[in-house]
Amino acid sequence: MTTIAPLRNPEDWVGERSTSPRRRLSNGLASAWMVGSVVIALVPLGFIAFYVIAKGISVISWSFLTRNIPIVSASAGGGIWPAIAGTLMLTVVAAALAVPLGVLAAIYLNEYGGDRPIARVIRFMADVMTGVPSIVMGLFVAMIWVSAGLHRGFSTLAGALALGCLMLPIVIRSSEEILKLVPDELRQASDALGARRWVTVTRVVLPAAIAGIVSGAMLAVARAAGETAPLLFTIGASRAFTLQLNAQNTALPIQIWNNAQDPTIAAQDRAWGAALTLIVLVFLLTVIARIVAARFSTQER
Amino acid sequence: MTTLDSAGVPDDYIASARRSNGVWVDRSFRGAALGAGLSVLAILALIAYFTTKQAWPIFRHDAWGFISGTRWDPLNNRFGALPFIYGTAVASAIALVLAVPLSIGIALFTNELAPRRLRRPVIYLIDLLAAIPSVVYGLWALAVLEKPAKNVYQWISDTVGKIPVLDRVFGGVPSGASLMTAGIVLAIMMVPIVTAISREVLATVSQDDKNAALAMGATRWEMLRACVFPRVRSGLVGAVMLGMGRALGETIAVALVIGSNQKIDSHIFHSGDSMASVIAHEFGEAATTPLYRAALIGLAVLLFVFTLLVNVLARWITGRAAKRAAL
Repeated sequence: MTTIAPLRNPEDWVGERSTSPRRRLSNGLASAWMVGSVVIALVPLGFIAFYVIAKGISVISWSFLTRNIPIVSASAGGGIWPAIAGTLMLTVVAAALAVPLGVLAAIYLNEYGGDRPIARVIRFMADVMTGVPSIVMGLFVAMIWVSAGLHRGFSTLAGALALGCLMLPIVIRSSEEILKLVPDELRQASDALGARRWVTVTRVVLPAAIAGIVSGAMLAVARAAGETAPLLFTIGASRAFTLQLNAQNTALPIQIWNNAQDPTIAAQDRAWGAALTLIVLVFLLTVIARIVAARFSTQER
Repeated sequence: MTTLDSAGVPDDYIASARRSNGVWVDRSFRGAALGAGLSVLAILALIAYFTTKQAWPIFRHDAWGFISGTRWDPLNNRFGALPFIYGTAVASAIALVLAVPLSIGIALFTNELAPRRLRRPVIYLIDLLAAIPSVVYGLWALAVLEKPAKNVYQWISDTVGKIPVLDRVFGGVPSGASLMTAGIVLAIMMVPIVTAISREVLATVSQDDKNAALAMGATRWEMLRACVFPRVRSGLVGAVMLGMGRALGETIAVALVIGSNQKIDSHIFHSGDSMASVIAHEFGEAATTPLYRAALIGLAVLLFVFTLLVNVLARWITGRAAKRAAL
């Protein structure tokens, strides 16, 4: 009786029989490069996560989260409540400015513009706008709103304008991607019922895409919440929280920036505490965005 | 409450569709949407106009001296931007050298090498790097990275500091806050961006071509060299340039770790200053001196122009590469 050799993985077979040691070596080195790259890139991630959590957790307490910022950053005690509230207020106002405008622009690009030259220019420039340095965005708002142009002075509104300018292109591009996913049959069905285009958009397309748009907007908000540079010359300095849009304000990134440059123990502790608070805030927003997006994709199926 | 007709269509839906003034609403809705889209162009134009206008005094004062001058001395009204252009270029170049091989390696790992169940977690972890705010990178680098980095620099400086040419780059008395530290931090921040775009570019190569190469007996590396790299070269260049655009404009993390040095210094272990970092550090105190203020805004104008050029070129390259891949 003849025995049939068991089938073997072709890659092993090639490796043993017909591949010279030199070829195998170069292949192995290439694979080592790929695996090594991942390992090397994850080292700083691990270190940063470890330090922020280890140093931040010993600082964070109820009073740290709820007390006002001390007058002198070198003195111990106090908290960062105004910065937490300031960051929340800034991002809410920035989102209120940028999200409606961005979604409307995305509607133009996907529902009206299509492949027209003007739509292609807007799309290209929105991509380019994502590359404008955040410090330039901050200076720009300082130029038109704060210390020149309208001369309105430092305020929450000015900071939110700068953050909004950063968010706008991100919202446009992510919303357009989502609008693209809405099946054309829905639009055709609405058209067939005699609906006008704006009715189709507001009653059919937007409801179908809303979860994805919200998720994209929240990712943009998460990005904006961590930005420091646009706020440096726009929100001024404040140690108490106020809901007034025209008053000066402070934010978590600004507190980290100020305290990081002060070598005293109290300031360093405050910087790490604020950093952990900020990262938790950013991650909460990101996670919520992912949950919303996941709900969206299951609805699609 | 809305009522539904027999087909399940809300009454008011049909009513709004049939209303005769719908044409007018339709047009204004379209106009508003177009206006929102044009706001992008308007904002970019306003940035260019207002920053240039505010920086005009320095360009009128001595435009060439500003761009090519090597001395930055605000107290004596000398504003040469070259040390900062140099610092930005060196820190970004260090970041590119470190980040590009890593990013392409990671993209190849997730797209070609990794078993399916490892792909998602790796992509997710690399994306997490992009979610960390830049001020947190700066804080970490300033408080944690600088000391061990300085020891490594010292060791390198001791080892190669006696060799001619190399001592101009690696010699001298190293400082923890330096161009090199800034480059390392920028590299970490660039990795997620370059990786993400490289992954998109790599995904455009057809699986059939790759299978064909493997069926011919090519190893994975030979397959990559023969049928992947030639197709994606220009796309990868675009990805790298987008990462570079990010590195040029990064402010806060760099401002915290680059130190401060208003001179052109060939030693990468010495302190430097980038265009963005000097704006962040000095704009607050410059507000009362008109020419000083104009010079810093002039730096922002130069930075805006550089990043715009890099981004336009990068988008153009990636766009062309995507079009070619689609054919």
